[in-house]
Amino acid sequence: MAETPLDSATPRRGLLDPALSLRWSVPLLAVLLAFPFLAPLVGGDFYLGLAARILIFALAATSLNLILGFGGMVSFGHAAFIGVGAYTVGVLAQAGIDSAWIVWPAAMLVAALFAGVIGAISLRTQGVYFIMITLAFAQMLYYLAVSFKAYGGDDGLPLPGRSQLGLGLDLADDRTFYYATLLLATLALILVWRLLNARFGHVLQAIRENETRMEAIGFAVYRFKLTAFVIAGALAGLAGALLANLGSFVSPSMMQWNQSGLLMVMVILGGVGHLWGGVIGAVVFLLLEEVLSGYTLYWQFLLGAVLLAVVLAAPNGLMSLLRRKDTA
Amino acid sequence: MTGVLILEQALNGLQFGLMLFLLAAGLTLVFGIMDMINLAHGSLYMVGAYLVAAATAASGSFWLGLAAGVAGAALFGVLLELTVLRRLYQRDHLAQVLGTFAILLMCNEAVRFIWGSQPVLLSPPESLAGPVELLPGFYYPAYRLLIIGVGLAVALLLWGLITRTRLGMQVRAGASNREMALAMGTNVRVLFTALFGLGAALCAVAGGMLGPLLAVQVGMGESILILAFVVIVIGGIGSVRGALLGALLVGVVDTAGRTLIPMAFGALLGPEAADNAGPAVASILIYVLMAAVLFWKPKGLFPSHG
Amino acid sequence: MNHTMTVTLLRSALTAVATAAVLATPALAADNIKVGLLSTLSGPGAGLGIDIRDGFQLAVKLNGGKLGGLPTEVIVADDQASPDVGRQTADRLVKRDKVDFMTGIVFSNVMLAVGAPTFAAKTFYVSANAGPSQYAGEQCNPYFFSASYQNDNMHEAVGKTVTDKGFKRVALIAPNYPAGKDALTGFKRFFKGEVVSESYTPLNLLDYGAELSKLRAAKPDAVYIFLPGGLGINFIKQFVGAGLSKDMTLFGPGFSGDEDVIKAVGEPMLGMFNTSQWGHDLDNAANKKFVAAFEKEYGRLPTLYAAQGFDAAQLIGAAVRDTKGKVDDKAAVRRALEAAKFDSVRGAFKFNSNHFPVQDYYLRVITRDAKGRITNRTLSTVFKNHADAYVGKCKMAAN
Repeated sequence: MAETPLDSATPRRGLLDPALSLRWSVPLLAVLLAFPFLAPLVGGDFYLGLAARILIFALAATSLNLILGFGGMVSFGHAAFIGVGAYTVGVLAQAGIDSAWIVWPAAMLVAALFAGVIGAISLRTQGVYFIMITLAFAQMLYYLAVSFKAYGGDDGLPLPGRSQLGLGLDLADDRTFYYATLLLATLALILVWRLLNARFGHVLQAIRENETRMEAIGFAVYRFKLTAFVIAGALAGLAGALLANLGSFVSPSMMQWNQSGLLMVMVILGGVGHLWGGVIGAVVFLLLEEVLSGYTLYWQFLLGAVLLAVVLAAPNGLMSLLRRKDTA
Repeated sequence: MTGVLILEQALNGLQFGLMLFLLAAGLTLVFGIMDMINLAHGSLYMVGAYLVAAATAASGSFWLGLAAGVAGAALFGVLLELTVLRRLYQRDHLAQVLGTFAILLMCNEAVRFIWGSQPVLLSPPESLAGPVELLPGFYYPAYRLLIIGVGLAVALLLWGLITRTRLGMQVRAGASNREMALAMGTNVRVLFTALFGLGAALCAVAGGMLGPLLAVQVGMGESILILAFVVIVIGGIGSVRGALLGALLVGVVDTAGRTLIPMAFGALLGPEAADNAGPAVASILIYVLMAAVLFWKPKGLFPSHG
Repeated sequence: MNHTMTVTLLRSALTAVATAAVLATPALAADNIKVGLLSTLSGPGAGLGIDIRDGFQLAVKLNGGKLGGLPTEVIVADDQASPDVGRQTADRLVKRDKVDFMTGIVFSNVMLAVGAPTFAAKTFYVSANAGPSQYAGEQCNPYFFSASYQNDNMHEAVGKTVTDKGFKRVALIAPNYPAGKDALTGFKRFFKGEVVSESYTPLNLLDYGAELSKLRAAKPDAVYIFLPGGLGINFIKQFVGAGLSKDMTLFGPGFSGDEDVIKAVGEPMLGMFNTSQWGHDLDNAANKKFVAAFEKEYGRLPTLYAAQGFDAAQLIGAAVRDTKGKVDDKAAVRRALEAAKFDSVRGAFKFNSNHFPVQDYYLRVITRDAKGRITNRTLSTVFKNHADAYVGKCKMAAN
């Protein structure tokens, strides 16, 4: 299971150091940067919105992958943090505050707070009980949002417009919004990459492998897990803020357990514990959804068939298929 | 708050709880013995309900429809196990989540393809469509009494199966220590397939009985699936006894909560709160119940793993 | 000049002329019309969306696949009764498929989520059902037209009927969403007795055990429900099953007493009163033709949703015809829509200044017709030329 070196000049990386794969990621970034100019060829502005949506979910899935894939914490309530971030933007917009420089960090902060509280309680449990407790908390937040009629409740809360960036840039322009999303998603991925390659990431992955041993050696396991949980929550909050801006609409359904399930599916599809797992999973899933829904009304059947094929054929998501080709 | 109201809530809760038990029993056995997370369990419930509705429409008799539907669903469960689910036993939980989620999607669309997106009508038997006078002045729907009856009968049958038959003994052994049971000579393949068929049949009974009350529609399994997971966690994974107690608890708390909490809110905080916050808090109640049970008994009420 | 130069000059000249011709032509007449029909095609409300779709598509079919003389492509999509999904799908219809008109939404909460982006994209929305009070009053918008009604209206008619029939104590039930609120507000506007209880249930509630317990405790003489589609079917079945129909008379708006509910519930509904702006037995030529064609095509009697879908299609067709296909000229389309020169199955049809119809409302009763079928019979007129209560609040700029 040798890691493919980035290029001949870089020293060989260890098992716990996921690679950013500059060979592929730089060209990919170039394509993404050029995309708004290519979009008119494929049919216009609608696809900018779709691309932004995919980037937002890639961000969210990567944040889940941090705790699920690298930390071994199967959280079935991750969509709650997305929803919390989105509602922060919504509530502040209602109060008249719409500067992106205030509300987006605020969304991350509020989501991190919720993650801190939920994590503090949930991380005392293990296995399936952890899954159910995180699910329970997410459902509680969902029903709370439904009951807030002042902010639309079940019908959702339309926002007057997208957040204001200032600097002469207008996020209402789909192209500008796309670049903002691309920037933030890229930064988040780089952050996660650095985290995983640092001591923190090594400890986290070691905890995933054998928690008891790490306790025995003397690491403050609970504190490491909680920190990872909070960071993941904050990133999800950012994704939520962007999602709220995308459609200028916030609704409790963003927090429902089906959304958490979808995020998990994306991460598992992409490859649990691979750096690009979340991104690949989100891209493949949402693109499949878009393409298949154009062909038939029963596209979810085809989607299910593809997912089933991937599960049966690949030992660990799509990334594991790619890896096998690499080393073969 | 009258006695009649409380009695009505208790009966409604019992009715709902018994149906939840049918779903949870199959789920807890699959999780406990085969160590498999099955998100498609709700799909078995949905397919069961649709088959009962179709058989009832074709035969004109509710009872015939129920029997045919349950048999059909059991067959479907067995087929599913033989073809796809068998390959997921050895995989880790996350792969099982993805695989069974895929099956859930495919089941939903297949049902939509065959029966359309509109809910299918399933009516209770004519003789039971009206009310029964339980106490002077208190009329209770006869059909709900039937559900309670059927639920109790199936629970009894299941108890008999688990405690008095060889199959049941193997099930209990497998739930308590899988490796040992295998070493003692249990035919794993047959046991697992039989378990799946049984679980599917139980789901179909629940689906067929609840269909006339709620609605037979695509996606009906998802909302009840979450409740079933809560039930098995409360009851203890792998324990049918736990599933029964857990289901009754959840059924009563959920049903009573939906009536009493909006009432309490209305009395204390006004009608706005009753309509907006009331149902929300009532829905949260079962999660609070689960957290409370886990706090007191971290592995559920009747943990079966040694 | 040699040959090559002549050819080049000629070519350039032709290109210049052609370009000038293309650029100089004002709003080109389109060669086909695209309509986005976004409706609820799954879940308990599916029957309503399917009826709207069937009514709309019947109108297109009867006109030879055209509306207003131009071939029409109807893109059907499902909003799953979710404001979230509705908004995303509407986005796709408006931005990717670039539809000329939007229609079809059943539920007002989805309507309110879809409205803003659709109007911002300057696409006309012709409603075949949802008529929220917000769009009749303060948030009225030149791009919104209701070919159906304003949400409160039918309920106002029942309020008046219940008062006229002498019921003094009424319990009210409606789902907790904008149209539910509009419904009970409308009912109370015209009901002069005592409202014993007023409850708003979750929009996806199928088990009404809790509500029925409350009714049993409150003991009203009459119960007024606004529970569209599958919700009403479940409630009525459970209401009868719990024995409450012996002591309390059930009233509903046209939706709760229409063909879909009748088919599901059957005999227990005989004698139930409801109100509507249309009935399949209305005596005018357009209606007779519509009902006959609908029965022939789909094998069932149309509900008022189907009638609304049919009228919405006719209205769009009239607009396309009157603008001679120049649907890019938004001002002209608006004028044509406001004029509403089409044969509605309701008889005479005209819009108020807020783009909502001014029309009659009738009292109907569920009874057996000449063929022995259980269906609605139109009895009398409750309101003539009734306008909605919100038009005064609408400050729409004139065209």
